[in-house]
Amino acid sequence: MPILHLLLEHSVDNGALRNMDAIFLQFLNGLDKGGAYALIALGLTLVFGTLGVVNFAHGALFMLGAFCAVTFNKLLSLELVVLDETKTTAWGTALEVRTAYIENWFGDFGTTILDYSVPISIIVAIPVMLLIGIAMERGLIKYFYKRPHADQILVTFGMAIVIQEIIKHYFGANPIPQSAPDIVSGSANIGLWLGLGDNVVYPWWRLVYFAFSAFIIAAVFAFLQFTTYGMVVRAGMRDSETVGLLGINIEKRFTVVFGLAAVVAGLAGVMYTPILPPDYHMGMDFLVLSFVVVVVGGMGSLPGAVLAGFMLGILQSFASMNEITSLFPGIDQIIIYLVAVVILLTMPRGLLGREGVMEE
Amino acid sequence: MSRLIMTRRGLLKAGAASGVALAAPMSFVRGAYAEDFCNMPTGSTVTLGFNVPQSGAYADEGADELRAYQLAVKHLNGEGDGGMLGTFSSKALKGNGILGKKVAYVTGDTQTKSDAARASAKRMIEKDGAIMITGGSSSGVAVAVQGLCQETGVIFMAGLTHSNDTTGKDKKRYGFRHFFNAYQSGLALGPILGEQFGADRRAYHLTADYTWGWTQEESIKNATEGLGWETVNAVRTPLGAGDFSQYLTPVLNSGADVLILNHYGKDMVNSLTQAVQFGMRAKQVNGKNFEIVVPLFSRLMAQGAGENIKGILGTTNWNWSLEDDASKAFVKSFGQEYGFPPSQAAHTCYVQTLLYADACERAGTFSPPQVIAALEGFEFDGMGNGKTLYRAEDHQCMKDVLVVRGNENPTSQFDLLDVVKIVPRDQVTYDPAIFGGDLGPADAKSC
Repeated sequence: MPILHLLLEHSVDNGALRNMDAIFLQFLNGLDKGGAYALIALGLTLVFGTLGVVNFAHGALFMLGAFCAVTFNKLLSLELVVLDETKTTAWGTALEVRTAYIENWFGDFGTTILDYSVPISIIVAIPVMLLIGIAMERGLIKYFYKRPHADQILVTFGMAIVIQEIIKHYFGANPIPQSAPDIVSGSANIGLWLGLGDNVVYPWWRLVYFAFSAFIIAAVFAFLQFTTYGMVVRAGMRDSETVGLLGINIEKRFTVVFGLAAVVAGLAGVMYTPILPPDYHMGMDFLVLSFVVVVVGGMGSLPGAVLAGFMLGILQSFASMNEITSLFPGIDQIIIYLVAVVILLTMPRGLLGREGVMEE
Repeated sequence: MSRLIMTRRGLLKAGAASGVALAAPMSFVRGAYAEDFCNMPTGSTVTLGFNVPQSGAYADEGADELRAYQLAVKHLNGEGDGGMLGTFSSKALKGNGILGKKVAYVTGDTQTKSDAARASAKRMIEKDGAIMITGGSSSGVAVAVQGLCQETGVIFMAGLTHSNDTTGKDKKRYGFRHFFNAYQSGLALGPILGEQFGADRRAYHLTADYTWGWTQEESIKNATEGLGWETVNAVRTPLGAGDFSQYLTPVLNSGADVLILNHYGKDMVNSLTQAVQFGMRAKQVNGKNFEIVVPLFSRLMAQGAGENIKGILGTTNWNWSLEDDASKAFVKSFGQEYGFPPSQAAHTCYVQTLLYADACERAGTFSPPQVIAALEGFEFDGMGNGKTLYRAEDHQCMKDVLVVRGNENPTSQFDLLDVVKIVPRDQVTYDPAIFGGDLGPADAKSC
């Protein structure tokens, strides 16, 4: 589609930013990164908007989702170990011959299941994350509703560290690679589709991730917008006291919302595993950025979180282009914070923040 | 008004009392006078300080280092099968500890942070009486702890550190490195890259933005440009970036046909995995196959990168698949103890412990100046890397370097690296003057 090429060419001056293919690829990178930020920020905002809790353990939920995929894969790859006495290891013990049970039992079908372990683990992650979310809310967070935000931050941050250390104890500190199904493990030649250069290729799985995050975001909005349950939750977000007076147990619904936020974060984590081999620390790496996304988007605003997620993802990608970093070295590291400062100075409530949230 | 009347008896009493009072503090610190260096062992044991990352990103590597240290202590104390004590060319070690004293140890957690590593080394020196500090899995940590050891007069036997600076501009008289460095990686890898990929190549570097990354980028650039390669770009990436996509996409249309990843640990696992996802291994540029090179990698990292490491060239200090008697003895000993083969980090830590103990035996004392003199210029063999020299000028070991390739057809979960070539020591020996630095004095210090 040469029109796109033409559009891109006219959108930027000739000079330092000549390379349209590179700009297009960075735009895709931004959408992809933005998808992950938006999903995490969406959960954070849901929890904040409903329960008024600043949940610093939300990154840990993203990481737990990723480890749901790891655990599921490990279970599927449980191996039958047979000692081959005719061969010895370099340290003198009999050689272990390992074959996955699932391949032994189901043959090629077993291999296919193993190949699709990441997408299949979504089915496992949904109930697991829902349970973890509800247990977290009922077991700890509910005792901190009336406490100052500083206490909530401390306790949830502490919980994040505990979860991290538990994961490290069982899975070690090194990243554990997870592969995408063979059919989407290569890269798509987008350049050919759009009439751009041959060099415009993009990993299939990243495209899948973007589509997936768009789908989850749409599903969450649809749930809140078009179901009675969602309507009650939205009403509760506005004025929980009045909703309570109408005889609705809003607290119970908010607990479910916390579980839902955990599921969203968990699913974001599951699908991210082929992009970034998960380790115990991956949640913390995303947490701070996601908070910036929430603040830029406007505390308590769901569309704000999504908009800011994609915007900051795209900005971060563009800022790390060689042409930009050669003009402003290190800008890729600070761009998000710089934009956050500018937005908060000009729009103190963030992009789509509502009046009265966090302002008492 | 009273008058002071001093009797003879009173004077004697006062004199005796003053004498006792003056002598008393001396009796409490008499050890300080007898001891002419920090933490001289006085009892029947000698304490070594193992400073390894027990938490943080390199915790798994640290755990393997600790396993190796514990094995070395066993062997030094005459337990187990003796490992490389049997193959080591120096026969000074008898399996009765060091200089007849049983070897004990304390451990510290570096957390892969310079300040935490210094604090734990300081604690082991000041509180636990460690006479030697060893370990670590990062050059930043090695340089920081080495500086502390120079100040306190305690010998530091570095663990895994690959930056040129450790035995270059930051070298210290009290610091010794058995592990190879980035410059040697360049010297070893350069000719192989030329053989495999030709002289007409365009390279793009992604480099971890800290001391090790910079020195490795420089070393590999020098080596490849010497072959006639062009360096298209060298981009610094923040440590722990996670998602490297925004640094990888510019590579695609830069005209480069080789991507060199100066990343280690988690960064390397992530950048390599993502580079493969961007189709870089299946790509053709300038009529040639696009290639990825990882100048330094280890088996533990290869495990993290999974399938993606297959066929990738790099260098390593040592690999458990080596067939020499020393490597076989170490792998057997370690494998029987723990059920899996040792990593290169474990190997270098084990060797460093034995080398220190051996130097004490040969010097006949724990006094650091004499032990340093015994290590400087020491030639040895039978430790898994062929004939090795602990060079006196910079305390860097000169030994063979392994060029390896990610194994295409592994026979087990540990069989991840194929040794492509053992580059002989002569080819990776360089002039120590090129990196400058000053070793400083060897004077003993009391602590």
